[in-house]
Formats: sequence, C-alpha cells, structure tokens
Amino acid sequence: MLRFVNLTILTAIIGLVVYAAAVLILNPWRLDTVVFTQGRAVIAVLLAIGLLVVLPSRLRDRIAALAIVVVPYYWLLALFLVPFIIVLKISLSDIELAIPPYTPTLDLGEGWQGIKDFFAGLDFENFEFLTTDDLYWKAYLSSVQIAFLSTVMTLLVGYPIAYGMANAPTHWRPTLLMLVILPFWTSFLIRVYSWMGILSTEGYLNQVLMWTGVISEPLTILNTNVAVYIGIVYTYLPFMILPIYASLERMDVSLLEAAEDLGCSRISAFWLITVPLSKSGIIAGSFLVFIPALGEFVIPSLLGGSRTLMIGKVLWEEFFNNRDWPVASAVAVVLLLILIIPIILFQRNQQKQREAEG
Amino acid sequence: MGENTFEPWNDPEAKPLIQFKNVTKRFGTFTAIDDQTFDIYEQEFFALLGPSGCGKTTMMRMLAGFETPTEGTILLGGQDIAPIPPNKRAVNMMFQSYALFPHLSVWDNIAFGLKRDGLAKDKIEARVAEMLKLTRLEKFGQRKPHQISGGQRQRVALARSLAKAPKLLLLDEPLGALDAKLRQDTQFELMDIQEKTGTTFVIVTHDQEEAMTVASRVAVMDDGKIIQADTPARIYEMPNSAYVADFIGDVTIIEGRATPSGDGYDIAFAEDQPDLHAKSDITFTAGQTCYLAIRPEKMRISAEKPDDLPNAVRGKILDIAYLGNLSTYHVELPGGQIIKAQAANTRRLSARPFTWEDEVWLSWTATAGVLLEG
Repeated sequence: MLRFVNLTILTAIIGLVVYAAAVLILNPWRLDTVVFTQGRAVIAVLLAIGLLVVLPSRLRDRIAALAIVVVPYYWLLALFLVPFIIVLKISLSDIELAIPPYTPTLDLGEGWQGIKDFFAGLDFENFEFLTTDDLYWKAYLSSVQIAFLSTVMTLLVGYPIAYGMANAPTHWRPTLLMLVILPFWTSFLIRVYSWMGILSTEGYLNQVLMWTGVISEPLTILNTNVAVYIGIVYTYLPFMILPIYASLERMDVSLLEAAEDLGCSRISAFWLITVPLSKSGIIAGSFLVFIPALGEFVIPSLLGGSRTLMIGKVLWEEFFNNRDWPVASAVAVVLLLILIIPIILFQRNQQKQREAEG
Repeated sequence: MGENTFEPWNDPEAKPLIQFKNVTKRFGTFTAIDDQTFDIYEQEFFALLGPSGCGKTTMMRMLAGFETPTEGTILLGGQDIAPIPPNKRAVNMMFQSYALFPHLSVWDNIAFGLKRDGLAKDKIEARVAEMLKLTRLEKFGQRKPHQISGGQRQRVALARSLAKAPKLLLLDEPLGALDAKLRQDTQFELMDIQEKTGTTFVIVTHDQEEAMTVASRVAVMDDGKIIQADTPARIYEMPNSAYVADFIGDVTIIEGRATPSGDGYDIAFAEDQPDLHAKSDITFTAGQTCYLAIRPEKMRISAEKPDDLPNAVRGKILDIAYLGNLSTYHVELPGGQIIKAQAANTRRLSARPFTWEDEVWLSWTATAGVLLEG
C-alpha cells in the first residue's frame, strides 16, 4: 500500500513537472494564469494518477523502476533543456511591440488551428539577420580571440602557482588552497569594480609606477582590452589552478627521481614527466576558463572600452537597449553552438582521464 | 673451496667496486647510517636486509645520489661519487613502486634513459628489443603500464633500469608488490638476469628468505649499522650475534652462564636442568653470560633418552606448527624455557609418533648450536 502511495506521489510530481515544462516552453508569460487559475495542472496530475491505477501492477513496477532512473534527468530537463528550448523558440519568433515582445504565442484556446498557426509563425529570419551585419561575426571572432588569449595567459600565471602549491610542505597546502578559494567569498562584481580603482589613470597601479619612477606619464589601462584580459585572468585563475594542482598533487614523486636516475636534468624531467602528467589538469583548467570567458559580459562592460567587442556585450545590448528579444536569443543560440565544440572536447578529456585511471 | 667459487671479498687482491668509508648520514638529530665502512665487489649480488627504519633504504639512496652522506665518502670504482648528480652516475635504480611513467608505453619507458643519452635511433631500437627479450616482454612493447599485470610491470621496471647497462643496479624492495608464488619465480629470474648481464646488484629487502635466495652476500642491518655481512650460509649457520640469529630464520636462543670444560663449555641455564655442552671459537670466562642459538632442524626429537648425544633435555609438547613437509614442535621444559624442534614429516599423518602434551626428549650435538656473547 505504502509503495502505491509513493508511486502515486511520484507520478503526480512527474505529471506536474511535464505539464509545467510544456507550458513554459510554449508560453512562459502565462505560467501563472495557466497553471494555477485554470486548474489544468490538477487535471494533468489526476490524469497521471488515473493512468497509473488503470495499469496492471507489473507495468506499474516497471514504471516505478524507470522513475527512479529518470528522476535525475528531470533536473537536467528543468534546469537546462527547458530554458534552452524557450530561448530557441524566442529566437525563431518575430519582434513585436507587446508583452511579451515577440510573436507568435501559443493560444491553446483555439485548439488545433492555434497550434498550427503557432508553428507557421516560427522562422529562421533572425539567424539570417546575424549574417547580414558583420558586427555579429566580428563580435564572435573577437570573443573567441579574447577568450583564447586570456586562457593562455591564465595558464601561464596559474601553472607556476599550482606547481608551487603542489610542492609546498604538506601542512601548508590547505592554507594555500584556502587562499586560492578565498576570493569567491566576495561578490564577483565587487572584485571587478575594485580593479577599476586599481587600473584607472589615477589608480593604485599608476600611482605606484609613477612613485617608483618606472613611468612618468600615467598609463591608460582601464577601458582597453588590456584591462579585460587582466580582469578575465584574475577572475578565472582559481578555475585554472585547482585542476592543475589536483593533477600535480596526485603525481608520484618517485617518477621524477626515476627520470633523474635515467639521465634527465631537473628541467628536462619537468618537461618530459611533470607537464605530460598534468596534461589532463591543464586541459580541464583551460576549458573551465575558456568556456565562461567566451560569453563573458560583466568584465568587458566594466573594464573594457567602447572598442572592446565581445558577444556577451552585444547580447546584452540587443536585449536591454534594442529590446529585440528574438535577435538576442538567436545570438545566444549561436554562442551555445560555438561552445558545444569545446564542451564536447572537455567531456572527452574527462572521459579519457577516467579510463587512464581505471 | 673450489677454484670457481665467487668470493672476491676473501681475495685481498680484488678491488671493490663500491667502498663505503666511515659513512654517516643524519636527518636532523636522527642518525640513519652510523659510521659504516664496507665494500661491495663487481658482479656481486649484495643484499641489504633489515627491519623497516634500519637505514637500508638510505644506504641505497646515497648510492643512487638522492641523498649525500653527512660524513665519510662513498667511492664507486675508486672515485668519490658525492659531487656527481644522480643523472650523471653509472648507477640505475629500480624503484619500489616501479615508478613507471604512466603516459609512456612499455617501449618508451625502456627507451627513456637511452634517449637521454642521445643514442642513435637504430641503437636505441636494438637495445630496447634486447631488453624486451631479456625480460620476456616482446609482446607488450606498445602497452601502457596500466594495461599490464603487476609481474609484467616489475619486469618493465627491471628492463628500464638495465637498459643503460649500469655498472651498478640498485633494487629497492623489487618484489614487494608481488604475491608469494610470483615472487619466488621472479627471484630466480632476477638471479638469472644478474648472471647473464654481469651487473653488480644491490638489493634492499626486509624479506630474509628473498635475501637468502638471491644474494651472494647478505648484510643484516639494525639501527643504522651493518651487524653482519656474509654469505647466506654463513649468516645462517654462523651468526655473529643473537640479533642476526634471531632475524634470520627460526631459532631458539637459550641464555646461560658458560664454564670452560674440555674443548668446549658447559652452559648452566636453569636450576633443575643438566648443563648443556657446546663448542665455540669465542673465548668465554667462567661464569660469563652467553647465548646458545640452536636452529630447530638441528634438534633430534625422540621418545626415549638417546645416549649418544651430549645434550638432552626432557619437555612437554606445547604446540605443533604443521607446515606440510615439516612440523615445528614447541617443547616446554619444566623451567618454562621453550625450545623449537623441527622434524620432517616422512610418514602419513595417522602414523605420527608425537602429539600435544606428549613428553619427549630433545637432543643435539655439541656443534649444533652457536654460542654467542650477545
């Protein structure tokens, strides 16, 4: 009996989630009205329970077993796939001066004809528009370039730090690890703002450089791409350090002794043994920096200048300045497609590493 | 002694390959090696044997170049090796963990040292092929270390350390990770390879059986000092101290007081027991404390008192350790002293003459035991 109650509750939840997902995808603005006042959610739940009662008990057990496996996927569905499909749907819509600022929206009240009209209203116009204006592809290209260069720089800064941490006395390591993670306790936005104070013409950096006599004129760093690079490297450094540190710390010290014993100098042992063995950490760290840096919006808009072209900024402007949701969504969808390549490569790397360890 | 006996340590003309001269190694206040002087000769299979923490690994790491002596010098072929870094020494080491490079194939692991020497490609290929053949790994050249078994990994490590044809090969607990059966096979393989290549091997181990099997000489270490360095047979039969006797093999050590008598000594060890008799090269004064070490297999066990042997004691069987081919009997004397005696199980189980609680006689000759000072 208890099992049946559990199963019923589970089915009800699943029914509710599926229904909510369907409503959201079709028409996010109507979530409140549709779900709660019209009571269709209740109908969906009752339908799911009814279906369960009618089913023979063996099939019910099958569904229960399946549900346990399937539940985790609901999180993926709810947190990733549903939002993506919403964005995809908007990107296929047309701009309109209304709430929501696009058309078509699905009206289930008109029945089959309404669904037909809805799908007839979707097209790829916005994606075509992205190819007509060179602003977009230039922004994508420049984003890839900035993300790539800052990934390389983060690696150059992060690797020695990770190496130093992994070679530090064991009792120091937790402290050092803490110091790397510590900045996360402060708001990301505040940390980027503080860089404005450091990098501006009258900022601390220029003051120190002038005072020590390195320069006589203040440097213009803020509102240039240099500031963007500094900001990205600073922000994403922990994501680079942690996986490299993890791979270096796991390394058996006797491997280096063996390399030395076989005729390597300390330096060549580093290049022949340490670097190849931390490869998985380097790759993981690089993707963890590259992927978010590609769509970065806050850093270029705060530290970059008017000439800093990054796709995250373009997206923001389409959304909030032009209020062109469909084009903004199309920009986001293309960005996601660009990101899929590195994400797949990243997954491959993780997989390979697991296999090598297994 | 035959002409072909390999005993360079008894030949005053022989020049040692390695000489430790008053070597001391301290880590902070801890003395790992305490003023040691000894020689290792070419083509020797020298075993450093001792419990963990006795300094045997430190000894080896000084030879490899990972540690430098605090005091004293180590000579390799007459040359002080202290200033030579590990990558320039004609010494290679096989690590306890094998330390195979996980990102390189078996072939590349073996070729690693040769490539560092900048050898020509065809020479490297020939040498690696030779090493793969020597260690019977021909089929596994392209595998990665995680794709082969523990025994194969051990052989890769050996091949890699032998590839550069070092003057001296160091083996740090090389068989520790293998199971008992595989370990035995590998011990003979090691000896075979050592003979074939003529390389001097220094092996560190805490397994006395392993040291006895493979080595031409065994150095028993304790607390940073070599207590005795000699052939396995002499270590076993003629230990120079109770520590060595106890460390190597099974032994009964009886403490007593020696009194000179005839060509040997009478040993009084318990109040209501007759004196024991033993011969010794060491001179004891009357009443001096001495230790008589007797191996269990040197004991005769019988129901009746034998009249042909100088030592005979009566006791009760306390315990029997059945080992298959042999049984070890723990016999308790009336005074509480326990003596171990071993007998071959030549008969089937049901026909065994002795069992628990039986009163038996243990007897041995005057030369069966070794009389020691401490």
